[in-house]
Amino acid sequence: MAETPNYAWPPREKRRQIGKSPTRIDGPAKASGKAKYSSDVNLPGMLHAALLTCPHAHARITAIDTSAAEKSPGVAAVHVISPVGTEIQWSGTEVAAVAATTENQARDAARQIKVQYEVLPHVVREEDLSKVGNRAKAAGEQITGDPDQAFKEADVVSEGEYGIPVVAHSCLEPHGGVLHWQGDKVTYWPSTQFVSGIAGTLAPNIKVPVANIRVHQEHIGGGFGSKFGADRWDAVSALLSQKAGGKPVKLFLDRATELNIAGNRPSAYSKIKLGAKKDGTITVWQSQSWASGGFTGGGMPPTPYVYTNIPNKRINHTSVSINAAGQRAWRAPNSQQASYLTCSAIEDLAAALKMDPMEVFAKNAGYTPRAETYRAQLAKAAELSDWKRLWHQRGDAGAGPVKRGLGIGVNAWGGGGHASQCRTTINPDGSVMVEIGVQDLGTGTRTVINQVAAETLGLPLNAIAVRIGDNSLPPSGASGGSTTVGGVSSSTRKSCVNALAKLFDVAAPALGLQPDQLEVVDGRIQQKDNPAKSITWQAACRKMGTSKISEMGANDPRNPGGLNSSGVGGIQVADVSVDTETGIVKLNKFVAVQDCGLIINPKLAESQCYGGIIMGICTALYEERVMDPATGIMLNHNYDTYKLAGIGDIGEIVVHLEMEPQHDSRGVIGLGEPPAIGIQAAIGNAVANALGVRVRNMPMTPDRVLAALERRNA
Amino acid sequence: MQAFEYANPATLADAIALLGASWGEAGVLAGGTDLIGLMKDYIEMPKRVVNVKGIKELGGIRKTGAGLRIGATVTMEELVENAEIRKLYPSLHTAAANITSPQIRNMGTVGGDLCQRPRCWYYRQGFGLLPKDPKGQELVANGENRYHAILGNAGPAKFVSASSLGPALVALGARVKLASAKGPREVPAEKFFVTPAADGAREIALQPNEILTEIIIPAAATRNATYEVRQKDALDWPLATASVVLRMKGSTVSGARIVLGHVAPTPWLAEQAGTALAGKAITPESAEAAAKAALAGATPLSGNAYKVQLARVAVKRALLEAARGRA
Amino acid sequence: MCDFEGSERKALLMNHEKDPEKPNKPAGGVSRRGFIRGAGISGGVLGSGILEEQVQAQQQGGTKPVGPGPVPVTLTINGKPHKLNLEPRVTLLDALRDHVNLTGAKKVCDRGNCGACTVIMGGKAVYACSVLAIDAQGREIQTIEGLASGNELHPVEAAFVKNDGQQCGYCTPGFVMAVKDFLDKNPKPTEEQVNHGLGGNLCRCGTYMGIRKAVLEAAKTTKGGRNG
Repeated sequence: MAETPNYAWPPREKRRQIGKSPTRIDGPAKASGKAKYSSDVNLPGMLHAALLTCPHAHARITAIDTSAAEKSPGVAAVHVISPVGTEIQWSGTEVAAVAATTENQARDAARQIKVQYEVLPHVVREEDLSKVGNRAKAAGEQITGDPDQAFKEADVVSEGEYGIPVVAHSCLEPHGGVLHWQGDKVTYWPSTQFVSGIAGTLAPNIKVPVANIRVHQEHIGGGFGSKFGADRWDAVSALLSQKAGGKPVKLFLDRATELNIAGNRPSAYSKIKLGAKKDGTITVWQSQSWASGGFTGGGMPPTPYVYTNIPNKRINHTSVSINAAGQRAWRAPNSQQASYLTCSAIEDLAAALKMDPMEVFAKNAGYTPRAETYRAQLAKAAELSDWKRLWHQRGDAGAGPVKRGLGIGVNAWGGGGHASQCRTTINPDGSVMVEIGVQDLGTGTRTVINQVAAETLGLPLNAIAVRIGDNSLPPSGASGGSTTVGGVSSSTRKSCVNALAKLFDVAAPALGLQPDQLEVVDGRIQQKDNPAKSITWQAACRKMGTSKISEMGANDPRNPGGLNSSGVGGIQVADVSVDTETGIVKLNKFVAVQDCGLIINPKLAESQCYGGIIMGICTALYEERVMDPATGIMLNHNYDTYKLAGIGDIGEIVVHLEMEPQHDSRGVIGLGEPPAIGIQAAIGNAVANALGVRVRNMPMTPDRVLAALERRNA
Repeated sequence: MQAFEYANPATLADAIALLGASWGEAGVLAGGTDLIGLMKDYIEMPKRVVNVKGIKELGGIRKTGAGLRIGATVTMEELVENAEIRKLYPSLHTAAANITSPQIRNMGTVGGDLCQRPRCWYYRQGFGLLPKDPKGQELVANGENRYHAILGNAGPAKFVSASSLGPALVALGARVKLASAKGPREVPAEKFFVTPAADGAREIALQPNEILTEIIIPAAATRNATYEVRQKDALDWPLATASVVLRMKGSTVSGARIVLGHVAPTPWLAEQAGTALAGKAITPESAEAAAKAALAGATPLSGNAYKVQLARVAVKRALLEAARGRA
Repeated sequence: MCDFEGSERKALLMNHEKDPEKPNKPAGGVSRRGFIRGAGISGGVLGSGILEEQVQAQQQGGTKPVGPGPVPVTLTINGKPHKLNLEPRVTLLDALRDHVNLTGAKKVCDRGNCGACTVIMGGKAVYACSVLAIDAQGREIQTIEGLASGNELHPVEAAFVKNDGQQCGYCTPGFVMAVKDFLDKNPKPTEEQVNHGLGGNLCRCGTYMGIRKAVLEAAKTTKGGRNG
């Protein structure tokens, strides 16, 4: 024995499940309202908790009086989160929490907590660097080649300013959980992207061993990078549960608090100067960027993005600390901002050269890590967007108030597979259970596990039960960085191959064959390529007697064995119409061409692309966190003013997934982030093409569009 | 939401008897789309909520000798679906139809639309209708005012009237009927909306002991239209709107009323711009000139000059649409 | 001039009166859709009948205020009466989620801005977060849980599944209810109508492409969404 089993994906022509698009297996539960999210968990005797948050952006707490709250009707427990002396650094900071019989009672009581503040000066906005004073911290200058000489030698120099503001994750299911403290054990129903690991982030804050924390999560209502660890308010819920004598406590943030403090994407602003030869070859890049993701400042978006090998570069970045809640990972951290800044500058350069940007993006593809991929994708995107017919030189959009324009965006991402373990159990009655302590963010993780298991075991999808969402199951990594499908498909594949080998050991004697002579096809275990010599799955399983087969499989990210890999690229084209009298931008069509390795379920993959694109449309046209300089608060903390696109605001979306053998052979890569990158770039460039002038800052609201037109006409 | 007592009277007289003498005593509940949110945010904290939806006489749309009578609890959806309104008052129809959420149209009522509180984000976060910081500095003028007033904003009121129907009703010369224990009274729509000058004052003429019972639109043959500039198709407040009413003599205007929405603390009647249209035909040029005239007195704040342009476009497009006319 | 809708409404009210045994249900022989349309489409203002309101007014004190403490409230949800004891300030959404354990309707914005809590009340889609439970008495409340019959999905739900009109699924129940209401009114919608007629619901994952296809498909399979 000891021979390593063959875990490789079956050849394309032999696949029965992988590459097909069954509907998501939890679709019926979700569509019929039966799916239970952690926020839907109702337990006997459960209390509801409410937070009291700080209304000031910067203040010191000088007194707290909870006595009235403690006497308020229905109150079971009160907990002070920020004690006297705490220096609050952003509005919305949690000050205290109350658990009561009903949510209304908890809110009533929270309002009765009297807090005195010494209000301190604040800075809450960073878009104008000249107004942030000592909140700016410059990083050292990075120089590559000889930028000064390159600018001297350049045939054309183009300069621009670009900005993209802070936006909130805005998960529809807010952050929070149900916490139940019983004896020395805690049960935790979180809303998390990391079922297997979240207990480890709760444990230190409540001083309970990780082993004593049981986590359940059937479904999660959105995460987008903001829901990895247990939050402070989750620990508070646990403590309230303990104080209340072991009654379970439910605390999910209200929408205003969610938008204020439960995650945001840092801003990015940059002054960019490019130099190029007449033929469009970029020779030099210079950027001065700044960013803020709240009190902890903001790192540099990786510019130049994708076109990393421009030979001469001067790069400066300033991090700005403001009195606003901190950033969290946001679907493709920093890449969306970086793509926007870089692609905008390249498009402006193309306009200065009076060249077709398709040509400029393609000509410089040599600076990217995957020149051939991008050149082919640019051509495909041009075809799908009818670029040759519709593209025009800037300011050449014809008569009439409504101008049409096209623009390009570029993406790149790593992906791969996170560390994941899977257990496959085959029972004597033929039933199969596949278990992983992972989560399904709505990407279709359950469905993918089901497809891989069914493929490997030669069974129909409904013959396999999939269990996830429980930290007592074999551990799997966090769902972040487009690594879940890569991880679980690999662990599932290996676990099922291992379990099947055990079943072959049991079935072989009955067929008078050696286990290595067997294969499984459509529910029958047979001699390889000889269906005549076979027994049914059920008959084979019965031969197990009373024992069952239970086998593990693991994905090792450092040694994925060809089942997954990383590194993809994509090209997007936006086609917009702008009403130049009102400044309103409407999407006509959006084209995305995406490379993503082996695709297990094309329908789900396509949905990921749609989702990333629509999120990008939101941030290009509507979304921004509006901080008030005077009061220091977030002004737009609900969806009347924190604007998201609706079904009528997205135009037509065309997704082209590359699924040729050369893509397939790379194994599974993951698709959460890549299609979300480059959308603002494409839409911004399309608007510039339509108007003949750059709208400097996202989102491209009527005020900003009209201001750009005024600048053009001036 | 603060706890309150609740009453569900079946007659107007009973409802009136349940109201208080001052604001904060009783809240009138119809569609609930505004009041309930305000209560959740502790902006409104009535001790008593009086549901008026069970009062039969507040419902229904019908023609009377005085014109079209629309009950206060008629929903936006009823307005949208009403064939007569669609035909005679497209400006009103459009204003209601442009509320892009079907749920809001199903719930929201005519009376509620007129009485809803401004959407000013300082007001909605508890800084008051005439928001000031602790030192007494005006928050809007010095702060984030992109959605605020560009007209009628010389005083402390910088919010914009949130009413969707207000501009159309003012343009159509509608009257608003109010009832209190003393009996009914009528207020012209343009007098119903007021600009508060001091803290504690409201933005409508309704008194705390009154209920808005109905709207009456005088019968008149006009061409009318509403144009709304709104960024999103879904769930969004307009940035600027215009409702126009034209009385025509042949192909020329004999009288015009131009009313702007979402640009001032009240629906803004641009009287002179309307008067100046008399004797003219509506052409792109005359419409443009009227639009300019309507905004001539605009006094934008630090961050909302763009709304002047949007309001102009709304006027121009509303005039052209009215002239193309369905009536 | 005659009333625009008055005569039709009168007929329906009379019809209603003929059935005094069932004050909380539309009279027999009048389809729900017809009843609602006739009654002036009022989202409960007049929609499910002034008479019901009057009955309710008597039950609920009428001119005599009740509360602010808990008071008996009876909600008719998916055809079944639920007797609850609620403060008047409790919203229909909180009543459903916290007191009846019907958690399909979601609490997302809690201010009538997103549609995740959409239920159908008196035959009309409404935001349950912006309705008081006490005010929802006497009206038929249909929630997502009442749409499927047993394990068989409602055609709108099935179309959402088939066209992948969902990802995280948190907006989905509200969207499904909004689509059901939309198709009741627009049995054969164009894509344009779909885009303009579902503006009361938001999705963060970006499932609108699938939803669009789902609505158009459901329109074909439901004869206007009226399957249940």
